[in-house]
Amino acid sequence: MILDDGATILSSAIRLAAPLGFAACGEYLAERAGTMNISIEGMMITGAFTAVAAASATGSATLGLLAGAIAGLVIGAVHGNASHRLAVNTFVVGLTLNVLALGATSFFNESMDLTGHQVAQVSIPVLRDIPLVGEPLFVQRWPVYLLLGLIPLTWYLVERTRWGLELRAVGENPQGADVTGIRVNIRRRQALLWCGLFSGLGGAHLAVGAVGSFNDNMTAGRGYLVIAAVIFGAWRLRGTILGVALFGLADAMRLALPAVGVKLNSQLLIAAPYLLALAAMVLVVRRTRQPAALGKPFTRGIV
Amino acid sequence: MSVQIPFRPKDPAAGAARSGGPLGSVDRAARALLAPTRSGSSPLAVAVVTVLTVAAALGITAGLVAIVGGAPGEVFSSMLDGSVGTPGAFSQTLLEATPLLLVAVGSCVSSRAGVFNIGQEGQMLIGASVGAYVGLRTQGPPAVVLTLTLVCSALGGALWAAIPAVMRYRRGVDVVVSTLLMIFIAEQLVSFVVSKPWLLQETRVSGQIVAPQSNALAPSFRLPTLGDYPGLTISLGAFLAVGLAIVVAVLLARSRWGFRLRMLGHNPLAARHAGVREATFGGLALALSGAFSGLAGGVVLTGEVYRLQPGMSDNYGWDGLLVALVARDNPIAAVPTALVFGALRSGGGVLASTGVPAYLIDITQALLVFAFVLPPALLALWRSTADRRPPPPGRHLHLRPGRRVRGRRVTGGHGGRGTHGANGAYRAYGECGARGAGRGERGDRREGQRR
Repeated sequence: MILDDGATILSSAIRLAAPLGFAACGEYLAERAGTMNISIEGMMITGAFTAVAAASATGSATLGLLAGAIAGLVIGAVHGNASHRLAVNTFVVGLTLNVLALGATSFFNESMDLTGHQVAQVSIPVLRDIPLVGEPLFVQRWPVYLLLGLIPLTWYLVERTRWGLELRAVGENPQGADVTGIRVNIRRRQALLWCGLFSGLGGAHLAVGAVGSFNDNMTAGRGYLVIAAVIFGAWRLRGTILGVALFGLADAMRLALPAVGVKLNSQLLIAAPYLLALAAMVLVVRRTRQPAALGKPFTRGIV
Repeated sequence: MSVQIPFRPKDPAAGAARSGGPLGSVDRAARALLAPTRSGSSPLAVAVVTVLTVAAALGITAGLVAIVGGAPGEVFSSMLDGSVGTPGAFSQTLLEATPLLLVAVGSCVSSRAGVFNIGQEGQMLIGASVGAYVGLRTQGPPAVVLTLTLVCSALGGALWAAIPAVMRYRRGVDVVVSTLLMIFIAEQLVSFVVSKPWLLQETRVSGQIVAPQSNALAPSFRLPTLGDYPGLTISLGAFLAVGLAIVVAVLLARSRWGFRLRMLGHNPLAARHAGVREATFGGLALALSGAFSGLAGGVVLTGEVYRLQPGMSDNYGWDGLLVALVARDNPIAAVPTALVFGALRSGGGVLASTGVPAYLIDITQALLVFAFVLPPALLALWRSTADRRPPPPGRHLHLRPGRRVRGRRVTGGHGGRGTHGANGAYRAYGECGARGAGRGERGDRREGQRR
């Protein structure tokens, strides 16, 4: 009985955490490059809508996933060019893009007739019979396994390539990076493109992977949850993924606990990720592990 | 005032405040109103480009209407009818514009101090909750209770905004992120408060389902209105909002406090050296911004919804922030902007009858923000690429005497290479003061054309 409940909760936790995981990889990249990207909510909702629209048009959920990622990329390109080429305040751009994306997706959703599609479920024969962890880990929609590859890829990109080194330099000390010949704003735009790609994929996975359809404001603040996860993880990929897993678990508990008969305040569970992130910031920021130039625009010249 | 620091010479408002004289010539007033940006572009150019971008934003909106099969002209006229066409519609516009203006004025205060508060939605909710608690639990003369309700709403918002302020100035936590995250905590807090009978949930009436909302305020404790429905009705809140906008504008432009606040926003380092305490002024600006949002929540509570509901903030916080962005952090410019946004909101209510989704107004609002935010940046980019255009290939003597550079005639005799002239020729070519003096030789070649 307890094993069954545990498996159900774990399974839904992974299902709920997967879209956040994709977006968290992107947000992590963007923040390491020094952009506090709040348009991630817009990227996710656009990815979700485009995925369903494309899947509905082509009949293929996989093509929808791809289209969602590209839609996120477009938002990333707009954000990058507006805030790291035109030097408009990045929060202003992000905020406005969020309003625009939410309005536009709801607008088109109401005026289009979309049919739901869902990507295939993978079920690995022998392993799925392992008690407790078998079903959660080995019976999932296939993009979840894509995420398993994406996390090491992000780590490799940031920690083991020259591009990633430059990216981190740009986030820590843009003036210094500039003097050594790194094109600061180009790196930041590239990071935002990656962020858009991953977040669009996350939104697309939410729509055509986890749920199978689109409804208005379906991301419902998940993008902000991702920002909270990156902060909770103190700008380390490992911590970020841990945060995503925790937040997914909290969400799954909120849905599952009433059925099991455990009484826990649901408002507290919804607010828990945000409280955890704020607590992490209060405790962690002093140790200066935040990218030093996070949220600061870069223009050439004397500081 | 003993503050004497080198200040941005192109900021007209600072100049006026420093000289202590009247607001200055029409030109300076126009500059202050049109372009309180730091791009240094001429206000006329900004205005011209803004007209173009606004036209583009409206064009895109019309295109969207056409895409979904509506008639742009019909949609426009029905929105006009639904927002200003009848006295009743205009009353609705005023009602919607009031909280937007209050939130926007608060955003102006914090943004001018260099603190970007985006948690207005949450501050509104907390303000409304505190206001509802006071309004429902207090007995007394209506005027006193109403005033107390509004004041406590403002206090509630201020306290909620003071938490990020403390986190910022005690622990160095970024304000944007903390205010953003606290919106979601506020939402859950309000939904908790209205789900507990011992707090604010409505009293149970036998045979009815108890909704997650508070009891309604007594009619005498609501904001009074001038005029009678279906004629033009103006809530007292509208006068309050406009009055506060004027007070804040005057304080920002003319008072010592406003000057220090703006100094902090322009150049925190210089402000610190001049004796402006960052924690005091920045924290106060953030709390004030929260107070305005909380007051907006109180006005929505006592003038529109009359009871506490989790969804009562209805995006007023986000939209008010957009109003401040369009008004470029000028409280006076926020008044007409809030009216336009209020008209969009009330006009959006009638969109359903034309078959166009009401979400159109969200798109229009966001596009309008871009239309007002982008022009100064576009002009600055255009100027910088014009400045940094590399010399023609094979010709290093690009500062030949007699050549016109940016409208100025280069005079002879300045050692033709044009990099270390350190005088008129150098300035004429590069205008090095505009973006700092970092025009190194290497830098020019490497990233000269684009940033």
